[in-house]
Parts: sequence; structure tokens; C-alpha cells
Amino acid sequence: MANETLQQRNRKTLTKLVVSVVAMFGFAFAMVPLYEVLCEITGLNGKTASSAAVAPSDVDEQRQVTVQLVASNSKDMPWEFRPDVRSVKLHPGEIKQVSFYVKNPTGADMWAQTVPSVSPGLAAQYIKKTQCFCFDKQQLTAGGDEHMPMIFYLDPDIPRHVNTVTLSYTIFDITDRVNAEQSAGKRDLAAR
Amino acid sequence: MSVTTADTHHDDHHHHAPTGLKRWLFSTNHKDIGTLYLWFSFAMLLVGGLMALVIRAELMYPGMQVVDPEFFNQMTTVHGLVMVFGAIMPATVGLANWMIPLMIGAPDMALPRMNNWSFWILPFAFGILIFSVLMSAFGEGNPSAPNFGWTFYAPLSTTYGPASTDFFILSVHMMGISSIMGAINVIVTVFNLRAPGMTLMKMPLFVWTWLITAFLLVAVMPVLAGAVTMMLTDRNFGTSFFDAAGGGDPVMFQHIFWFFGHPEVYIMILPAFGIVSSIIPVFSRKPLFGYASMVYATASIALLSFVVWAHHMFTVGMPLAGTLFFMYMTMLISVPTGVKVFNWVATMWRGSLTFELPMKWSLAFVILFTCGGLSGLMLAMTPIDFQYHDTYFVVAHFHYVLVSGALFTLFAAAYYWLPKWSGVMPSKFWGEMHFWNSLLSVNLLFFPMHFVGLAGMPRRYADYALQFADYNYWISIGAFWFGISQIFFLIVAVRCAMKKGEVASANPWDAPEEDLEWTVPSPAPFHTFDTPPVVK
Repeated sequence: MANETLQQRNRKTLTKLVVSVVAMFGFAFAMVPLYEVLCEITGLNGKTASSAAVAPSDVDEQRQVTVQLVASNSKDMPWEFRPDVRSVKLHPGEIKQVSFYVKNPTGADMWAQTVPSVSPGLAAQYIKKTQCFCFDKQQLTAGGDEHMPMIFYLDPDIPRHVNTVTLSYTIFDITDRVNAEQSAGKRDLAAR
Repeated sequence: MSVTTADTHHDDHHHHAPTGLKRWLFSTNHKDIGTLYLWFSFAMLLVGGLMALVIRAELMYPGMQVVDPEFFNQMTTVHGLVMVFGAIMPATVGLANWMIPLMIGAPDMALPRMNNWSFWILPFAFGILIFSVLMSAFGEGNPSAPNFGWTFYAPLSTTYGPASTDFFILSVHMMGISSIMGAINVIVTVFNLRAPGMTLMKMPLFVWTWLITAFLLVAVMPVLAGAVTMMLTDRNFGTSFFDAAGGGDPVMFQHIFWFFGHPEVYIMILPAFGIVSSIIPVFSRKPLFGYASMVYATASIALLSFVVWAHHMFTVGMPLAGTLFFMYMTMLISVPTGVKVFNWVATMWRGSLTFELPMKWSLAFVILFTCGGLSGLMLAMTPIDFQYHDTYFVVAHFHYVLVSGALFTLFAAAYYWLPKWSGVMPSKFWGEMHFWNSLLSVNLLFFPMHFVGLAGMPRRYADYALQFADYNYWISIGAFWFGISQIFFLIVAVRCAMKKGEVASANPWDAPEEDLEWTVPSPAPFHTFDTPPVVK
């Protein structure tokens, strides 16, 4: 009899531990949205907002901030990608349009996605874009090129010690992914 | 039919022990499984050691000598994985299997069949991992083995990982399942199978540190499993957890990995703390100083280990507030660790010290582990870490705490408990050879790494600037010397296994009576404590 209660106790402890293991496995995945939310609130990892902002109300004529524009390619991305101007000076609150040049030198139609990053990271939340090519994926036909516009302003609340902000874009080849999605979409339609 | 018969017979009478291969394959006996774990981990130590020697052979002289850089990267990666998951962790699980039931007066582990399974997964897990290295070395076209470092940062391991990364992911999953099952077994055993009168605060410190380690394992091994699962889906099923092009974030990989990785380093060192806390009082002929504070210090180290992970990634561009938080938390860990070191010293203070082999290894541990702890304190300072990050200073630091820390205590444990396991005393001559050669060579091997690291030699490269040449030559000499010294331990272990040597009494080290493991005969019979002892 005593043996039976021991077995029951063992089973109870075992169940609790297995539940904690499963919960911790789930926690690893919960860290993904947690991380996103935390970074969005605090602006820690230098990501700018991925949707359009509204125009600012006032311009701070007293200050001038330099925004450096940087473009880089991820590995194996054959496109030409560069900013048309490398740096602009602007007052916080002033709306500015800049553009980036892209060219697809290959013989095939391709899709690309640009991903922004800001340094210093804490300045990211003060860069407000009213229009940006990075909000959407880009398509270029074989040999095609384009000047992609980006309209933005700096939030007048940007900390006073920030005099220079570097806004960099990395361009990724997402042709395979888009094709896979499209063929999956076609299959769905056919199935319907 | 036969299955049900076996089931009903299993728990009640186990006196018809099977022999030969079947004994080991189907064993549910904690001592057999402990022995399997210990031999397996020593084999992995030698395999991982050979890989380290390939690394040191390449780095002995500047320029490319022995292997190409691609294979060098595979060696650093698999060396780390084999040593962490194959040598240190299974060795501590083996000790837990052997000693925890003996120390708390239990007849066996609480879940013996799971115990069998948690061991037998391991050889397959490492078979998969090591096979990819053999393929890379000898296979047609030399397909690359994992080559991204043991920390397998994305995107090195996702976008740019070789095809064998998927084998690696399976292998890590299996190692994780094995350790989780081992940890669950320890917790259930300690909670439910203690002898009457053995309250939690009467348990030997080795049991305490292992209990806390087991909780760490249950908490963080599933997180590692989650991380490699995300890698798997990123690589093969089109998700973008760590892929910036799809909206993911490679830095997030580092956060998830180190959320596992930092508790992991305490998983490797806490059982070591328990081992020296068992050995030092016996050879000082004094009870352990500050037992309760040792328990609380271990628990606080374990809790703090969850809030320091980002000190491995100060250079990713965290804001000041983040780096300050992780810096202070990291430095805070030195307080409970310091409590432990002072308690060991206070235990020895005015004791009747003798210096048998287990004590020698433990003393070497206390001194050298403290060296490793101090360089850790230097690395914890954010501004200094920017200078030292990814240099040989880091390599020196974690080898001081893992080799002359964790590994040395595993040897201390082996010399201390070999009489109980085998019934014969370990050979004094080969033991002394092993100790003195290891002690001298480990310092020749790792101490100069501090200097080349401070001078700026980066880790994980197959070559280095000419000014580091002389140091690296001596480091490599130390490495080969240390490698050869481990053969002496093989001699000690094989002699004990063959029962060659002085016959051991039940309590050869004159341990106090409260240490239950010394109340059973040497070698410990197949079944012990069938009726639980009564603890006063």
C-alpha cells in the first residue's frame, strides 16, 4: 500500500514537471512577440515604424540634425542599391523627401524587400515616415531600374544630444518567397 | 504476453540481473546507468579533446598548417558542443545517478525506465553530430559539418548554415530531451524518495546543488529546444523568426539563446560546487562551514542566472540602461559565489588537512575557479567588455571555469567515489601523475590566453597576426601536454574497473557517519537501501 502512494506521489511530481517543460517550450515562442512589443515600446533595436505617420504640427527652426543615408545589400543580392544623396540636414519637424536608386542588373524579374535600421537605436522612434518604399516589397523587371522615394520628418521631441542620425537600409532578395506565396495562392484559388 | 510479465515482475524482484550487453542496454539500475553515463562522458571528453588538439595544432604556428579554415571552424563548433553537452553535463548526470540515491538513502532513482531512456538517447544524439564531422573529414566532396560556433547564431546557422545543420538540430533536440528527463528524475527522486528523517536541510550539498541544477534544466532546456525549432522552421518551412528580410530579427536569436545559455553555465558548475562541498569537509576533518548559507547561495546564483543573459551580447548595441542593468546583475553574482569560496576556505581553516587525490583536485578547483571568476568579473564590466569581446581573453575565462573548474571537480569526484564504485582504491601513482601533469599543463594551456586576448587576438580564427606566435606555440604545447595527461586517468579508471589495486574498505576516507554513501560496503552492492536507513 505504501508503495502505491509513493507511485502516486511520483506521478504527481512528474506531471507538474512535464507541464513546466511544455510551458517553458511555449515561453521560448512567447519571447518572439514579447521581444517585438518591448522593442516597439522602448525603441531599443533601431527599427522604424512600418506604417505611415501623419505630418507634424510645428517645425523647430533652432536645431538642425544631419541624417546620413546608407544602403547595403544582403549576401547574394545582385541589385544595385544606393541613396541618391548620402546625407541631408533638416530641422526637426521639417518634411524632407529623399530617394534611393535601385537597378536589377540580372536577366530575370525579381522581388526585393528593404529593411531599415537606425543608429543610435534610441533615435529610431523619432524618425517619422509619411511615405516609404520599405513599407512594401519592390518588383523590378529584368534590367529595370527606379528611384524610390521616401518622405519623412524628425519628431521635434528628438533628444537634444542627437545631432546625427544614420538611417540604413539593407535590401534582401525575396523572389523565391514571393513566388512560393503566389503559387500557393493560385493553388488555393484552383482548389476553390 | 511476455511484455506484461516483464512489467509485473519489474519492480518487485530485480535480483536476476541480466548479463553481458543486455545488462547495459536494458538496465534500470541507477548504478549501472550512472556507470554508463560516466564512461560515455569520458569518451566524449577524449573525442572533444582530439578536436581541441586539431585546433591547437593549427594554431601552433602562424599561417595555415594542418587543416583548412572551413574545417577549423567545424572543429571549434563541435568541440564546444561535445564538451558542454557530451562531456560535462552527462558526467554530472552520471554522478547524480550513482550518488543521489546513495546519499539520501533511496533504493534507486524514482523513474528507472525513464532513466534508461535518458541515457540511451545520448549515444545516438552524439552519433549524429559526430557523423557529420566524419562526413566532412572523409566523405565524398567533404560536406561541411556545423561550422558556426557552439552558440550557432542566426543567420550563420539559418541562412548560411550547411546542410548538416538539420542533423545538428535533431541532435540538439535529442540531447535536450535526455537532459530534461534526467533532471525530472532527480527532482522526483529527491522530493519523494528521501529516507525517513532526511529533511531537505539535512541533505548533502551535492544533492542540493543537483536539485537546483535540475530545476534550471527543466526551465531552460525547453527554451533551447524552442530556439532550435525556430531555426528548423526558418531553414525549411519558410518562417522568418530570425530573418530580417521577412520581418524577423537575428538579434532576437541571441536573446533566446543566451536566456538558455547563461543558466546553462550554472548547470555545468553548480554540481561542481556540490562535489567540492562534499570533499573538502572530509579531508579537513571538520563539518562544512555555513551549510545553510551554501544552500541559499546556490539558490541565489540560480535565480540570478535568469537575469544576466545579455552580458554575452553587450556589443549588439543595447541602450545604456540595458547594459547597466545586466552589468550590475552580473557583478551581483560574485556575492553568492564569494560566499561559497569563503565557506570552503573557512571549512579548511584550522582543520586537520590531508592531501589525498580528491582533496588535491578540490583545492586546485578552488584556486583556479576563483581565477576564472575574477576574469569573469572583468568581462562583466561593459566598457571593458567592448575591448575583450570575442578575444582569447574570453576563451581563457570560460576554460578556467569549465576545465579547471567543472572538469577538475569531476576528477575530484571520480577519485573520491571510485573506491565506492569499484571496490578498489584508485592507483596513487597514476593518480598523482594525472593530477600534477594536468595542473601544470592546464595553466600553460590557458593562462597565456589571457595575454594574447588582452593584446587583441580574436577567437574562432584559423590564423593570427605574427606578434601572437610565441604565446600560441606554448599554448599548443600546454594543450598536447594536457591531452596526454588525461591518458593517465584512463589508466586509473581501467585499473579500477578491472579491480586492480588496494582493496577499499567501506569508508576509506574516514568520512563522517552522516554521509550515507559510506555506510554501504565497497563496492556498493547492486541493490542498496532496500529498507531505508533512519536519519537522526
